[in-house]
Amino acid sequence: MSVRVLPAGDAALLIELDSLDAAVSLTRRVRAAALPAVVDLVPAARTLLVQTADGTDLSAMGRTVLGLASDLPRQAPDVGAADALVIEVRYDGPDLPAVAEAAGLNRASVIRAHTETLWRAAFIGFAPGFAYLTGGDPRLRVPRRTESRTTVPAGAVALAGEFSAVYPRPSPGGWQLIGTTDMVLWDTEADPPALLQPGRWVRFVDVTDGSPS
Amino acid sequence: MTGLEIVRPGPLSLIEDLGRPGLASSGVGRSGAADRTSFLRANRLLGNPGNAAAIECTLGGLVIRALGDLELVITGAPAPAKVDRASIDHGVPFMLAAGQDLRLGVPRTGLRSYLAVRGGVHVPTVLGSRSTDTLSGLGPAPLTAGDQLPTGRPDGAGSTSEPATEVHDTEQGAPILTVTLGPRDDWFIQPTDLLVGEWVVSPNSNRVGIRLDRPESAADQPALRRVDDTELPSEGVVLGSIQVPPSGQPVLFLADHPVTGGYPVLAVVRGTDVDRAAQARPGQRLRFALQ
Repeated sequence: MSVRVLPAGDAALLIELDSLDAAVSLTRRVRAAALPAVVDLVPAARTLLVQTADGTDLSAMGRTVLGLASDLPRQAPDVGAADALVIEVRYDGPDLPAVAEAAGLNRASVIRAHTETLWRAAFIGFAPGFAYLTGGDPRLRVPRRTESRTTVPAGAVALAGEFSAVYPRPSPGGWQLIGTTDMVLWDTEADPPALLQPGRWVRFVDVTDGSPS
Repeated sequence: MTGLEIVRPGPLSLIEDLGRPGLASSGVGRSGAADRTSFLRANRLLGNPGNAAAIECTLGGLVIRALGDLELVITGAPAPAKVDRASIDHGVPFMLAAGQDLRLGVPRTGLRSYLAVRGGVHVPTVLGSRSTDTLSGLGPAPLTAGDQLPTGRPDGAGSTSEPATEVHDTEQGAPILTVTLGPRDDWFIQPTDLLVGEWVVSPNSNRVGIRLDRPESAADQPALRRVDDTELPSEGVVLGSIQVPPSGQPVLFLADHPVTGGYPVLAVVRGTDVDRAAQARPGQRLRFALQ
């Protein structure tokens, strides 16, 4: 396991690790340590950004975090595939035919490819609660739409590049829309407001023709 | 209701406080006042708590009407202000009687003025803040004519005065912003090229970030060139980050910056200098220096 501590201004450190699992595990350890100087944590695919209160001694903070990063497990504890969030999807998206054509698959095969592998939230970006899901079937790597939509509804299930995502709130968007879910992924009254946090596994289930069997 | 009514919002007037820290792992940026130094000063002058919400007015043009007697102050970009025909001093608390209008002109220097009211602007909070985040759309909509904003109950000691020397610059010329290199300076062939010569604030700048161009007259000033075109897995970025996309045109992240970015961050502007950057107008020049 290699860990690098990189400077990120006068009140933050970027901790570089070698996997998403390591980033998720370290995030949990730093959170559990409840260090008073830490004001925010941003886990991502291979990094953890540690934001601190103004005036924090960053070299001391770097040593503390390096200490917490020793012996990180290869797999993140208790965020395994068994705890995958099940998201029921009606595969009725307007871009499903275009995705099938780009992937050289028929509609049913696209749905199978999207539901038969587990996905995992690697990082949050673009919009509040918008999790980039990775690890899907490589046949589903399709380019973004050439033209963005001005409005994509909340619950739209989408593909772009190596990623899948569920739009948590209505927003503009250029991803290929393949389906719809009724699951609420974003709730400003919930803590945390985003249901999908980095490291969380996701399994999509096809409910296009009613309940899953 | 005691409060104020927006008669005219000008080009862009937003409600801002100190934002939403602590929610980045849910994809929620901090947002809040773009120039926190000026924002905090306004609240100090009125005896408000530091986080009391105020109006951030970009390039003046704001007209408000008092609904009840108000105590106000203007900080940040020195927009000329008038009540009836009387001029209002910048950075000095003043009274606006019920029914009176306050008009802000276009500031001579700087970009963002803060109009704070004793008791704070008291609209409902979203995720603990009254700030408008222009990137995510969280918080109140940009202000429009006819909006009525309640003010909170004043607490604290009341207004004070501060020496004018504390007013930080909404400067002309080319402000020098101090940076620390990293986290991804090793992705660039010559990272210190950032420190060479001047950069120009692009008109395509906003609360998310300032886009920087090289001056047209300075073709000899080096562009920022990457070691290779390896793709960077998206990673967390901080306020003040100078991110360099493949075009080589850097973006200096301001209050509404995204929580993660997919391009390498060459350097980070230090805390209070981000506030100075937030006052730089399109066309204005900037320089960078090491801390």
